[in-house]
Amino acid sequence: MDLDYGPEYDAFRQEMRLFLKMHGHRAPTGQARAARPSAEAVEWQKLLIEHGYTARTIPRDYGGYGSEPDILKSRIIAEEFSRAGIPGGLANQGISMLVPTLLELGTEEQKRQWVEPTLKGEVVWCQGYSEPGAGSDLASLKTSARIESGEFVINGQKIWTSTAKQADMIFCLVRTEHDAPKHGGISYLIFSMDTPGIEVRPLKTMTGHAEFNETFFSEVRVPVGQIVGERGQGWFVANATLGHERGMLGDPDALENRFQALVRLMKEERIGMGRAIDNSVLRDRLGALQAEVAAMKCNGMRILSNSLKGEPGGMAKLIVKLQSCELAHQISALAIDAMGEMGILYSGSARERMRGTWQWNYMFQLGLIIGGGTAQIQKNIIAERGLDMPREPKLPKISGAAKGTADMLRQKQGSA
Amino acid sequence: MDFGLSQEQQMLRDAVARCLADTCPLEHVRECSERDNPVSDKVLDALQGLGIPGMMIPEEHGGLGMTLLDAALVAEQLAYAVAPVSFLASHVLAPLALSEAGSEDQKVRWLPKIASGEAHISVAISETVEARDGAGVTCRGGKLDGTALFALDFAGADAFLVADTTGRLHLVPANASGLEKIPLMTIDRTRSVGELRFAQVTAEPLADDSGFTAGRLRDAGRILLAADSLGAGQAMIEKAVDYSGQREQFGRLIGSFQAVKHMCAEMAAHHEPCRSLIWYAAYAYEAMPEDVSLAACQAKSHTGDVHRFVARTSTEVHGGMGFTDLVGLHYWFKRIGFDRQVLGGPELVRAEAAVLQGWIKAA
Repeated sequence: MDLDYGPEYDAFRQEMRLFLKMHGHRAPTGQARAARPSAEAVEWQKLLIEHGYTARTIPRDYGGYGSEPDILKSRIIAEEFSRAGIPGGLANQGISMLVPTLLELGTEEQKRQWVEPTLKGEVVWCQGYSEPGAGSDLASLKTSARIESGEFVINGQKIWTSTAKQADMIFCLVRTEHDAPKHGGISYLIFSMDTPGIEVRPLKTMTGHAEFNETFFSEVRVPVGQIVGERGQGWFVANATLGHERGMLGDPDALENRFQALVRLMKEERIGMGRAIDNSVLRDRLGALQAEVAAMKCNGMRILSNSLKGEPGGMAKLIVKLQSCELAHQISALAIDAMGEMGILYSGSARERMRGTWQWNYMFQLGLIIGGGTAQIQKNIIAERGLDMPREPKLPKISGAAKGTADMLRQKQGSA
Repeated sequence: MDFGLSQEQQMLRDAVARCLADTCPLEHVRECSERDNPVSDKVLDALQGLGIPGMMIPEEHGGLGMTLLDAALVAEQLAYAVAPVSFLASHVLAPLALSEAGSEDQKVRWLPKIASGEAHISVAISETVEARDGAGVTCRGGKLDGTALFALDFAGADAFLVADTTGRLHLVPANASGLEKIPLMTIDRTRSVGELRFAQVTAEPLADDSGFTAGRLRDAGRILLAADSLGAGQAMIEKAVDYSGQREQFGRLIGSFQAVKHMCAEMAAHHEPCRSLIWYAAYAYEAMPEDVSLAACQAKSHTGDVHRFVARTSTEVHGGMGFTDLVGLHYWFKRIGFDRQVLGGPELVRAEAAVLQGWIKAA
């Protein structure tokens, strides 16, 4: 154990603090970080790339800063943005999912065409993965593409396409090989959201906002060259990016920031004669959450050290998505409880606290527990990959006739 | 920057694990736990071969001069094997107290003998955590009066290190006149605990002690109890996974049922971050003394909660067999129960943490 970063990294940290002190005022405010970045956010992004505080390891030829990968420097950058309460580089789906995929598996032409404008916020992407009938079992997706005179012709429906309304482009999984086994029949296509035949309908969620959309494809024609990887390899191409998404949802700095906001709330919010934090039951819950946040921070440092040494993350890494999303949800739950009756205020009501953020978080974070691999799928992964437990045996597919017989038997037994 | 164990630490951990696998099978634990004094000389001798009794004693006094993180790794392995030996008080807290606050004479008198396994000091500091009616030891005119509950590593102690109501620590030989020793029976028959009653017992205070040392011992004790719980929890998770990979019902291994898998996954998901938190707290004991009290509270309270869940869940995965004496799962279950309560349960420790960071004023 040695938590000292050493002189080279301390100097790097000081440099970055100086940068934030001098330029921090140019950072966009939280609300400006919408799906389509504002002019202010784009300028900030360009400044960060120039100084290597985002897109750090992406080659200069593709619009990045072009530095060697250095996990500790990346960590310091994240820590310092978080500490200063200043937004870091853009972290939309194009940047966090498509760009790494293209860099790993795209053609030279695709990298040149898409990476730089995506990094600079000029091209906004959305993700077309989930379908109404393909959630946890994503590989059973049905949106199809047939080939016709040098074009893919796409038909089907995607769901949970956040930012589809604002997006210029989509990276999308479609079934191209209908006779192949389910994982082997998928291709990863990229195409413009302006292509005729695409319809986007907002999907309003329990928060009252439409953070997501449903996207419908009807005879959408896409040139065959707009594929990443080979035909039928889309599942493996997509899995490269799913890893990035899971990493994104388990940021210990974000947990720490939310926790600190909760402590401030409980010191300010008054219930009856005292502050919320004076209530011993609420305070005990706060202390329990604090210990969990501390444990996840330490766990994050351990994963970081493992990757520095080239060791696998192991169990410490497998549990991050499950634990972090649940913990974030619990932090919001305590915030609402600490506000007492004020906790119900929402939708811009008079007397509402912090623009209803905690209620929105509480609901949205339930979405995050479900999205990106549900808690139950995470537990299967932990059990099967982490603990080496046996997989669920596959049941033979039930034919229609057999199902009818089984239902009949069940009815008879029920009535007996 | 390295958040992890050094090669030496990994070797220490593995050596202790091997030593216990050889000398401390469950049948041996069972035999020892049926005696009044559960301490196993056989296991203690084997640990002596690795220098464990002297691990926290400075080299100039015959020990290995190791760190609290090293001790946490040993505690974890001892609990993994539910080893019936004295360790926490006798070989960590007492050596720390003597090293940090003892006079030269006190160090010379005790430390080499502890390192060589000839002497063993029990520690009674429970009243600095949880003062209750009818307990507490006062010191007036060089004499101790009152009661100290929960002296740890009690059986066979040559002396006791006792905190008075001001938090100052005193050394009392086991044969001191006016000292009455009453063994207490706890759920955990692998460790020995007792009550001490003082009637005008001559006290020998630790030389450089202003009450600060008791706090240091509390931090170290909490971290090691958390580490103990971690080892016991690890064993319980492994046993649940093993059992569910062997037991068949409805024509399937029960481990292939999601209901069972998810129980195991939840145990692992809560358990694994505890390991990181405990490493951090133990490291902080020497490296960041200003942060250690809060980290120790967090490690103790969080591990206490997580492993209560692990203990009951692992038992449930074993079904009816988990409830039997035959399988012996209860040794780990009870070890975890002991670790949770001693030196403050989660709620009490969190209340202390709240005061530490100024959330509220001390009552």
